[in-house]
Amino acid sequence: MSEMKKIKNLKEFSTSADRFEGANLLCPGCAHSIIVREVLNATNDDLILSASTGCLEVCTAVYPYTSWDASWIHIGFENGSTAVAGAEAMHKALKRKGRLKQPDKEPKFVSFAGDGASYDIGFQWISGCMERGHNMMHVVLDNEVYANTGGQRSSATPIGASATTSPAGRVSYGEKKNKKDMVAIMAAHGIPYSAQVAPNKWKDMVKKIQHGLEVEGPVFINAMSPCTTEWKFDPKDTMMISDLATDSLVFPLYEIIDGHKLNITYRPKNVIPVEEYLAAQGRFKHLFKDEYKHLIKEWQERVDKNWEMLQRREEAGV
Amino acid sequence: MAFDKMELNEIEVWDGNFAAAQALRQVQVDVVSAYPITPSTPIVEGYAKFLADGYVEGEFMMVESEHAAMSGCIGASAAGGRVATATSSQGFALMVETLYQASGMRLPIILNVVNRALAAPLNVNGDHSDMYLGRDSGWIQFDSYNPQQAYDLNFIAFKVAEDHEVRLPAMVHQDGFMTSHTAQGVKTLSDDEAYGFVGEFKPMNDMLDLENPVTHGVQTEEDWHFEHKARQHHDLMTKVFPKIEEAFDAFEKLTGRKYNIVEEYMTDDAEVAVVALGTSVETAVEVAKEMREQEGIKAGVIGIRVFRPWPFEYIAEAIKGIKALGALDRSSPNGAMGALYNELAGILVNSDEKAVLTNYIYGLGGRDLTKAHLKEIFKELKANADAGKPTTELQQFIGVRGPKLAYL
Repeated sequence: MSEMKKIKNLKEFSTSADRFEGANLLCPGCAHSIIVREVLNATNDDLILSASTGCLEVCTAVYPYTSWDASWIHIGFENGSTAVAGAEAMHKALKRKGRLKQPDKEPKFVSFAGDGASYDIGFQWISGCMERGHNMMHVVLDNEVYANTGGQRSSATPIGASATTSPAGRVSYGEKKNKKDMVAIMAAHGIPYSAQVAPNKWKDMVKKIQHGLEVEGPVFINAMSPCTTEWKFDPKDTMMISDLATDSLVFPLYEIIDGHKLNITYRPKNVIPVEEYLAAQGRFKHLFKDEYKHLIKEWQERVDKNWEMLQRREEAGV
Repeated sequence: MAFDKMELNEIEVWDGNFAAAQALRQVQVDVVSAYPITPSTPIVEGYAKFLADGYVEGEFMMVESEHAAMSGCIGASAAGGRVATATSSQGFALMVETLYQASGMRLPIILNVVNRALAAPLNVNGDHSDMYLGRDSGWIQFDSYNPQQAYDLNFIAFKVAEDHEVRLPAMVHQDGFMTSHTAQGVKTLSDDEAYGFVGEFKPMNDMLDLENPVTHGVQTEEDWHFEHKARQHHDLMTKVFPKIEEAFDAFEKLTGRKYNIVEEYMTDDAEVAVVALGTSVETAVEVAKEMREQEGIKAGVIGIRVFRPWPFEYIAEAIKGIKALGALDRSSPNGAMGALYNELAGILVNSDEKAVLTNYIYGLGGRDLTKAHLKEIFKELKANADAGKPTTELQQFIGVRGPKLAYL
C-alpha cells in the first residue's frame, strides 16, 4: 500500500511538485489542465498515464516537447483506456517474472479521455477495460462536446445546447437528446468505484481520486470540464461556471461503491436555479427566447428529478 | 521462473496454428492481447492453455475486439516486454488503424496473421487479401508456406523485431486452413534452444522504468511528421534485411534449416518462373519439377519469404536470365494489376532483364490452385518466352467459373 498524500490547503495543493507542466497549449481557462493537475497532485504514487486523442493530447505532447513528467502514451481516439490496460497487464507479468526495474514501487495506471473519446468512440474499449477488472482508473474530461474538432455534439452534450452539428437556428433549439448517464452505465459493470467530480470542489476530487487509486480494480471518474471555447464563457469564469454547475445540481457530485451503493458527496447550502447556470453560457443563449423558455422549465424539472433519484438511492443504501 | 518446461519430440505433428502457439510459449511472451477469429483463434487459445497449464508465464488479455487487441499490445509493448497476438481477415482489417500506430511508435510486436479472404461476400478461407492490406503499414512481413516455417519464422521475427537497431513490429503469415489447420511433421527446438535463440527481451523507452518517464505517441505536424516517417522507411530499407540475414544464418547454425529472403527453386537455368506467396509456392515447385521432366520446360519458382520490406534487389538477382515471369496474386486486384505484378514490374522496368511479365489472379476465398492450373501457366509462360512478348492477356483469372476472365 502506498502512503496517502496529505494535503492541507489549496495553496499547498496547487504548488505540489508538478508532473503535468503548465507549459501546454490548452486554451486559457480550460478546465482540463486544472483537473489533470488535481488528479496527479492527489497522489505521490508513480503514475503510468494515457490520453486518448483530443484537446488534452494534442496540447500536451507536440514533438519535440512534452508536458508530462510521468510515463504517458497516446495511441488513438478510442483506445487510450486499453493502452493503459495493456501496460497494466505488462506490469503484472513482469512483476511475477521478477523483471521490474523498480520492483518495490507500485505504479498506478490512469487513462484520460474526453467525453467524445469515452461516451462515444471509446465506449466499447472502456467497457472492456472495466469488465476485465484491470487495476486502472479512467478519467473522463467531460466538456460535453467534441471541442478539439470545433464543437460537434457528443452523446454527453445536454439537451438544448447549441453545437456545430446540432446548431440552434431559426427552427431548432439545438441538441435534442439528453445526456447519456455514463456513470450509471459504468457502475453497472460492477466496478469497485465510480464517481463524478468537478474542478471547483478540489477536496472532494482529491478524496475520490485517492480512494480510486487505493481500491483494487477498475475505477471510473467523470470529471466536469467547463470549456471556455465551446460553452462560450469568459476564460476567467471557469470556476464560477463550475460553481454554478455543482450548486444548481446540474452536475451533482456523488460516488457509487461496488456498482450499487450511492453516496452523495456534495450538498449545496443554497441550491441555485438551473436558469442561472444556463444563462452564464453562450451555448444556451437561444433558450432564453420566448419560444424556448419552456425548455428551461423542463431543464429545472429534470435536474430536480435526478437529484431526488440520487437522494433516494443514497437513502436506500443498497 | 514459475513455469515448467515442456518436453517435445524431435518431430511433432502440428498444424500451423499450434506450431505458432508453441513458438509463443517457447519465447515466453509476456503479454498476449487477443480476440478470436477464424482461422487464427487456436494460436491464442494455445497460449491461454499453456498459461493455464503452467508452461508459460505471462498475462493473457482476452479483449472485446481486434482493435482493442492491438491497442492492448501497443500499451503492453510500450510498457516494456515481449508481446504477441494473432488475427485474420476482418479482424486484421479492424486492426489496421492500430497497425500503423504500432509501427510508427517503433514497438516490436509480433502478429501472427493466418491469411483469409476479406468480405463481402463473407468467407473464412485462405487468400492473401489481409496480407496485402498490411503491406503499407510499416511492419515487417514474413511469409511461411507450411507449419514448420510458421514455427521457425516466429523465432526469426522476434529476434529481428526486438533488435534495438530495428524496433519494428513483424507479422508472420501463414495460409488459412491450408497451413493453419493442416497437421504436418514439425522439427522442434527444445525450450532452452528456442528461448536462447531469441534471448531475453531488452526493454527500450519502457514506460515501466519509473525513474525515466517517457512520452509515447506524440503529435507531429508538417514540421516533424515527414522526418519520422522517413526514418522509419529508411530503417526498413537499410537495416532490416541485414538483420534478417543474420537471424537466418544463426537459425541455420542452430537447426540446419536454411531460410532466404527470396526463396529460389530451380531458377539458375530457368527460362520461365512463377513468383508466389504461401502454400502455392510448394505446389508450384512440384509442378516446375514435372514441367522439366515431362515437358522439357526449364521451369523455376520464386517464393517471397519477406514481403515487407520488399526485397527489390534480391528479386532482381533471382530473375536474372529468366525470359518469362508469371506473378501469382491471391488477392482480388479490384481494378488494377495484382500487387506482385506491379512490384515485379517496378524491378523489371529499369533492369537489363527483359522478362515478359504476366499476372495470374487465383485462389480467392480458398479456391484451390491445382497442378493442372500451374501446368497451364508454365506452358503459357514458355510461349511468352519463345515469342519474346505476351501471348495472352496481361492479367488472367485462374479457376473461376463462367467465361474466361482476362484483361489488358
